[in-house]
Amino acid sequence: MSLHLKQTFEAAVLTELYPRSQIDIYVKEDGGKTTARCVNAATLALVDAGIPMRDYVCACTAGFVEDTPLADLCHAEESGGGTALALALLPRSGNIALLQMDARLHQDHLDALIEAAMTACKGLSKVLDGVVRQHLEEVSVLTRD
Amino acid sequence: MAVEMRLPAVHKPISLAASQSNRDDKHLVVPGDVITSDTGFMRGHGTYMDEDRLTASVAGEVERVNKLICVRPLKTRYNGEVGDVVIGRITEVQQKRWKVETNSRLDSVLLLSSVNLPGGELRRRSAQDELAMRDYLQEGDLISAEVQSIFSDGALSLHTRSLKYGKLGQGVLVLVSPSIVKRQKTHFHNLPCGASIILGNNGYVWLYPTPGHQDEEAGGYYTSMEPVSLSDREVISRLRNCLLALAAHKVLLYDTSVLYCYEASLTHQIKDILKPEIMEEIILETRQRLVEHEG
Repeated sequence: MSLHLKQTFEAAVLTELYPRSQIDIYVKEDGGKTTARCVNAATLALVDAGIPMRDYVCACTAGFVEDTPLADLCHAEESGGGTALALALLPRSGNIALLQMDARLHQDHLDALIEAAMTACKGLSKVLDGVVRQHLEEVSVLTRD
Repeated sequence: MAVEMRLPAVHKPISLAASQSNRDDKHLVVPGDVITSDTGFMRGHGTYMDEDRLTASVAGEVERVNKLICVRPLKTRYNGEVGDVVIGRITEVQQKRWKVETNSRLDSVLLLSSVNLPGGELRRRSAQDELAMRDYLQEGDLISAEVQSIFSDGALSLHTRSLKYGKLGQGVLVLVSPSIVKRQKTHFHNLPCGASIILGNNGYVWLYPTPGHQDEEAGGYYTSMEPVSLSDREVISRLRNCLLALAAHKVLLYDTSVLYCYEASLTHQIKDILKPEIMEEIILETRQRLVEHEG
C-alpha cells in the first residue's frame, strides 16, 4: 500500500521544488482496506506541513450492491465479498490519482461506480477545505496580535 | 511521586468575531485556489501556473509586492535569507566543510574557509587544517552562525566569521516554528532576568547562562564546562517553558515578548506553566502588556 500512496502523492506534490530531498509520509494503519482513509489523512498532513501541492487529494471507496452504486463503504459492506473500488481524486481538475478495485465487476457498471465515487470525493473535498480554511483563519487571528 | 494526567479536551474555537474588520485584509488561500487570472503578475514562492492561471500550492496568506505574488504558508521549513542568524547542529564532517542541520529543506553548509581558526590567525587553510577539522567541530556540536549566501538548489552557506558566533556550550535548545521568530536588528540578547538568549531565525532558540567575562582570544571554540548555579538553571527552565507557551499560542518571539512572558509567569511554579489554563492566563497577560507597550 505504501507504493500506492507514493504514486498518488507524486502526482499531487510539486517535487521539482525539492531537489535531492526525500519526503517521508508516516501513516498509522489499523489493518484492512484503509487506502482511502490514509490518502485523506496524508493530504491534511501535507497541507499542514506547508509542502507545495497542486490540489487536495480526496479519496473515497465505492461499491456495487444489487444494481445500486454505494459510496463510502463501511466495514461490513467492504468485507461482504462484493466489489470495492477506491478512488483518489484531485477535485478541481477532476484528475484521478489512484484507482484501485477488488473483485469482479461488469464493464457496464463501471461508469456509474466511478461517478458515484467522484461525487463522494468532491463532497469530501468541501469538508477538508472547510476545515483547512477555519484553521487558517484561527491562526491568522492569533498571529495578527 | 504523584503524576498528573488529563483526558484529551475538545479544541476551543478561537473567537473570530473580535477581529471581523481585520479579517478582510488577509487573503487566505488553500492548495488549488486560483489567485488571479491576470497574466501581468510574476509568480513567487507557494504558487504555480495552471494554464495561465496563477494558483496557490500551499495553504496560507497571499503576499503581493508590486507585481510579485507569493503565498506564505503557516508552517514551513526554514527558508534562509542572507544575513539571518541561525543555530544548527553539525551532522557530517566532510572534506573541506561541515554539514549543518538547520530545520530547512536541505542541510546547510559551513565551509572551512568560513570559520575562524582557533587562536584567531588569518591564513590560508592548509591540508593540516583539513585533517584537524574534527578537533574544531564534531558531529553533534551546536553552533550559531550567519547565512552568507544561498546555493542554487536552496542550501544555505553559513559563516562564523565573527566572535559572537561559534560553538555553543552549556544551555538549553528550544525548537519552535521559524515563522514565530520576529526579524530584528540583533538576535543576541542578555535578558535582565539573568540568562542570555539567541533567537535563531530558523526556529532554534538557545538559552544559556550569561557568561561572566568574555574570552576574546579563544575565537569561539572555548566552551566553559564549569557547573551552572541552581538559580541560573531555574531561570533558564522558566524561560524554556515560557517559550513553549508563547509558541503554542503563536505569539511572535522577540526579546520584549519573552521578557513580559517571563515576568507574567513569576507568580506560578515553573512546572505549572505548561498546563493549558495557566498557559492561557500568562499569554493573556503578556498580550495585554505588549499591546500597551506598542500603544
